[in-house]
Amino acid sequence: MDNQNTLLNEVAGRDYRFGFVTEIETDFIPKGLNEEVVRIISAKKEEPDFMLEFRLKAYRKWLTMKMPDWAQLKIPEIDYQEIIYYAAPRQQPKYESLDEVDPELLSTFAKLGIPLEEQKMLAGVAVDAVMDSVSVKTTFKENLAELGIIFCSFSEAVKHHPDLVQKYLGMVVPPNDNFFAALNCAVFSDGSFVYIPKGVRCPMELSTYFRINAKNTGQFERTLIIADNDSYVSYLEGCTAPMRDENQLHAAVVEIIALDRAEVKYSTVQNWYPGNKEGIGGIYNFVTKRGLCKGASSKICWNQVETGSAITWKYPSCILAGDNSVAEFNSVALTNNYQQADTGTKMIHLGKNTKSTIVSKGISAGHSSNSYRGLVRVAAKAENARNYSQCDSLLLGDHCGAHTFPYIEVGNQNSVVEHEATTSKIGEDQIFYCNQRGISTQDAIGMIVNGYAREVINKLPMEFAVEAQKLLQISLEGSVG
Amino acid sequence: MLIIKDLHARVEGKEILRGINLTINAGEVHAIMGPNGSGKSTLANVLAGNTNFEVTRGEVSFNGKDLLAMTADVRAKEGLFLSFQYPVEIPGVSMINFLKTAVNESRKYHHLKELSAGDFLKVMREKKEMVQIDSQLTNRSVNEGFSGGEKKKNEIFQMAMLEPKLAILDETDSGLDIDALRIVANGVNLLKRAENATIVVTHYQRLLDYIVPDFVHVLYKGQIVKSAGKELVFELEEKGYDWIKKELGE
Repeated sequence: MDNQNTLLNEVAGRDYRFGFVTEIETDFIPKGLNEEVVRIISAKKEEPDFMLEFRLKAYRKWLTMKMPDWAQLKIPEIDYQEIIYYAAPRQQPKYESLDEVDPELLSTFAKLGIPLEEQKMLAGVAVDAVMDSVSVKTTFKENLAELGIIFCSFSEAVKHHPDLVQKYLGMVVPPNDNFFAALNCAVFSDGSFVYIPKGVRCPMELSTYFRINAKNTGQFERTLIIADNDSYVSYLEGCTAPMRDENQLHAAVVEIIALDRAEVKYSTVQNWYPGNKEGIGGIYNFVTKRGLCKGASSKICWNQVETGSAITWKYPSCILAGDNSVAEFNSVALTNNYQQADTGTKMIHLGKNTKSTIVSKGISAGHSSNSYRGLVRVAAKAENARNYSQCDSLLLGDHCGAHTFPYIEVGNQNSVVEHEATTSKIGEDQIFYCNQRGISTQDAIGMIVNGYAREVINKLPMEFAVEAQKLLQISLEGSVG
Repeated sequence: MLIIKDLHARVEGKEILRGINLTINAGEVHAIMGPNGSGKSTLANVLAGNTNFEVTRGEVSFNGKDLLAMTADVRAKEGLFLSFQYPVEIPGVSMINFLKTAVNESRKYHHLKELSAGDFLKVMREKKEMVQIDSQLTNRSVNEGFSGGEKKKNEIFQMAMLEPKLAILDETDSGLDIDALRIVANGVNLLKRAENATIVVTHYQRLLDYIVPDFVHVLYKGQIVKSAGKELVFELEEKGYDWIKKELGE
């Protein structure tokens, strides 16, 4: 017991690995939010009128909305007038080669373990690296372009593919959807845009690394993924953020649209700075992610491993509109120290013979609070819909909390909805068993937790799975006492 | 190899071991017998470093080193193995991954090169044959869904993989049918070396029909009250533990 406690204290004192700040000159606009700021953002980005209209409409709606208070979260008061809503790295325009990129920026990526050079060569991953708000470098674009695939920053998409943006932006997450989504619609600075044309199977994993960097800058990313008929894409999102004392707001919106027989797989490893051991600092992550299975037999799959953020409010959801469409949500959410997470999913069945699966694995340690909140709704006309939900909670230590809030609404007689939930504590007997075979307590916890989460981790693309396993291990080192 | 002096231990404030003295040399097989609640499993767990048990007095030297000063994982790496009475399940952790980690942690500790995946699998195949364990089992999660007999076989398989200096078999015979018992015992006997020692903790004599002990100790109320050669096994079987109690004047 003593040994475990000593180990706990030793490693719990470890600093956040990716806590460093890059000194890059940033182009700010003054803090605070009003209609003028929204207009400046739109003007700076040289947007067409429909974008400005979209933003203003959202802003006006936002003014009438309140922050949601139904989550199992304690959120400190946020002063939206103290936030800077636009920051872009100075060096513009875009670079032709990596040599032109600010060396300090490159070294930041190196510290994160994602040097662009290697990324370019390794594993066929095209990287759209978002540093603050403006895309710095996009690779593999040419190869993708040959197939007609569009993978670019959101700003570029607005410039070069305004018709696609206008047609699909806000289709899944409308500006009035919720408080944070409305805010995002009003002020979002940049993000990623993906379009896969009819019948094309994207030959590589598309990936974006996000990183909040400029001080006091709210980060409002916007991602829009459209998979046209009979297409396939796997998209990866991963993030780390530098250490900060003040809390930073992150309110992203991700929209996915899958047309007839299209399949989209969206995988996230999320590692925002969670605050220190006492719960000071850390990112507030209030994200709206939603997919629309618009076409018949379309499929959307959310896979996520969440270890970061001081506060997480996030429910990657699917609307199964097309007949025979399929949706999956596979999640591992880990909280330690004073982190709070209220996360889960919504599966809205509208089409006939639609099928959804939810696998949620919560892991709580330290003084953290970890809630699963899930809604399964089967509309009256969604005949023969099926849902299977499995929500497991694993507790480490005696000071953490786990909660499950399943909501089930079934509107017809021939649909089947199943829900299973378990809560368990990591067993001292399991740890001792590992110890007795020569495996240290620290390694044993990592092993047991990874075993518990394996079902979900196996769904991740290979290189992400390895990263996720390490992340779980690092995030939990010594958290059993 | 192992020298236990005046060992006292308690669990949840209750004293279970009350002055154990025992010396075990390389090449020897010792049986520890005794009625339920006499402290047999406690002794096995205390030696393995289970922190649920608190050592209140005494010392234990293992190959000249202070055993009680080591954490459980270090004791294992020093060559002490416990075959658990109730092996736990670890869902999602494959037997192969688990054992490979265990073997390589031990090799690192002894400054040996870690085994490659290929070499590891080769060793694993050999040892699997030795204990006649079903190939399927090693592809599953640690002990998950194993029958009682499979779990015990799996313990001996792990012992074969880790090649301990001192193996403590805690009630390895419980829950085994006669065929499984024979296989398990056979495995233990095949693993016997002149430089290794074994402690067999058991309530019954039947395992000792197959694993023949050099010494037999009777544990009663936290103390070793009688030690003798293997003939003691038969005497106990014939007369029962009451005979010991009577001898002690109870």
